[in-house]
Amino acid sequence: MAAWRLRTKIFFPQLCRAFAGRRCQLAAERRDAAPGPVSRFCPPKTSCHDWIGPPDKYSNLRPVQFHIPEDESPLEQKLRELRQETQEWNQQFWANQNLTFSKEKEEFIHSRLKAKGLGLRTESGQKATLNAEEMADFYKGFLSKNFQKHMYYNRDWYRRNFAITFFTGRVVLERVWRRLRPKQKLSSS
Amino acid sequence: MATSSHTLSSRLLTGWVGGCVWYLERRAGQESPQKFMRLFRTVNKQWITFQHFNFLKRMYVTQLHRSLSQQVKPKPEPTASSVLEKTSSGQAKAEIYEMRSLSPPSLSSSRKPNEKELIELDSASIIEGSVEVGKETQDEKQWKEMKLHLDDLPGILARLSKIKLTALVVSTTSAGFALAPGPFDLPCFLLTLVGTGLASCAANSINQFFEVPFDSNMNRTKNRPLVRGQISPLFAVSFATCCAVPGVAVLAWGVNPLTGALGAFNIFLYTCCYTPLKRISIANTWVGAVVGAIPPMMGWTAATGSLNAGAFLLGGILYSWQFPHFNALSWGLREDYARGGYCMMSVTHPALCRRVALRHCLALVGLSTAAPLLDVTTWTFPVISLPINLYISYLGFRFYTQADRKSSRRLFFCSLWHLPLLLLLMLTCKRPQGGKGDQGEPRQ
Repeated sequence: MAAWRLRTKIFFPQLCRAFAGRRCQLAAERRDAAPGPVSRFCPPKTSCHDWIGPPDKYSNLRPVQFHIPEDESPLEQKLRELRQETQEWNQQFWANQNLTFSKEKEEFIHSRLKAKGLGLRTESGQKATLNAEEMADFYKGFLSKNFQKHMYYNRDWYRRNFAITFFTGRVVLERVWRRLRPKQKLSSS
Repeated sequence: MATSSHTLSSRLLTGWVGGCVWYLERRAGQESPQKFMRLFRTVNKQWITFQHFNFLKRMYVTQLHRSLSQQVKPKPEPTASSVLEKTSSGQAKAEIYEMRSLSPPSLSSSRKPNEKELIELDSASIIEGSVEVGKETQDEKQWKEMKLHLDDLPGILARLSKIKLTALVVSTTSAGFALAPGPFDLPCFLLTLVGTGLASCAANSINQFFEVPFDSNMNRTKNRPLVRGQISPLFAVSFATCCAVPGVAVLAWGVNPLTGALGAFNIFLYTCCYTPLKRISIANTWVGAVVGAIPPMMGWTAATGSLNAGAFLLGGILYSWQFPHFNALSWGLREDYARGGYCMMSVTHPALCRRVALRHCLALVGLSTAAPLLDVTTWTFPVISLPINLYISYLGFRFYTQADRKSSRRLFFCSLWHLPLLLLLMLTCKRPQGGKGDQGEPRQ
């Protein structure tokens, strides 16, 4: 048991170092495939954990760089791919949502100012804005227009969230079982 | 005499709860900018006083009640955490600004070995390259390893369970317990508080588990542990289970089954009704108001074992209070709610929002008058609570007519001190034991 522990102590960091390169390469491939701004961050080679970055400027979501361990089981791979896919799906939805909101808000302000006969800038040179009551019309319209889209998103998000949590639970149990199994083998032999 | 020691002990215990919250709040507030604080403490003293001010503002310690041992104002669910978290996001912003100002000096030191190689290149490309490298290094610094550090855990759990909100919920429960007739049972009181606190932690954790992408997009919630990746969703669910099961068990077996059932029902109402409903219909505000009304009723049932008129009166007061509180708050967050896809009255039905807030301010006057009729308090209570009830109604009326940010903020901040003061006045005017005795004397 002590020998096994010593072996993992020496072996494990070497594995991490070896596969950090592979992970960076995979990350680079994914980067080329995925559209939009992606960070060039590469986690340090000794790390065996996922890394989380600053909020994306379009979606406000924090991107995660997933760590791929050498002894990744099929279940772990499935979980990682689900998390990766959910991250991309979320990124796309929220980036689109925020950009659409900003764009439609600007258009609404322009059209209202035009209808009132006012310019886009005030006399002092600052951007002209509408008051809260007028903006309420826009917010209400935005919500009702996108209601169905939001409902579908909610439903999908809840499903994905439950699935990820459920699989994470299974992975944790699998890891615990794997750690117990070699000990059992050693004790029986 | 028994009743005076009853309220004194309940007040002391409420103060003890407030003290624990204060300690946890300090830890929660300090754990993430800890490293930066050491660096910047000597550099920028102004930031420390800003943080200090925000910390004090967050605790809402009133000047009036310094003499009493009460510290924390009761504030029930659902959205009392909004202003509290707003100030914490302001703190995080200050952290980010400080970090950016530090990065240029570190950049110049790291680039010195490369300078000899770049000497012969065009100066413009050097500058461009250095700007890009600068941005990347800055960006890299913001990446964090998703590893749970044990010394961060108390702060993380405090934020996950919305510990301040939980403490305020527990305070309203203790007020309900204290206002109930019957002798004061200390073990029962403590078990009620523990059970309610655990149930509230569980409900708040599940709420955060469901709302990760929405929280990321709103300023006041973007520093929550799940959004920042400090813990995994599985951890949040496990924590919630570890709080909910003992919490409800303590309430059901340690106190009485009715209180346990109310606790379990409240968790369900908050997590499975209110949270999803926020994105479906404006009815979520009414459901949320019920969620806030249940804790004092739980305190009452813990003390008496049954739900009678007094319990419903207390629940009614908390229910009515929710509307001026939340509607005023949500008035300033309309843009964030609309962008996030939340269905709130302030966004879709602004006139209704203001009307409901005013309506419920006036309802508070009526409910305060009903208190002596239901033998909860003496007749002194409606008289002495009339000034504050009229004041909040006046602010509600101003909000209804003016409908601007200023009037909404005034109403919101009034609601923060109005509720604890109202409950305190109720406690002092509690009907003494022995039936309809003295009509006019508040207890000491």
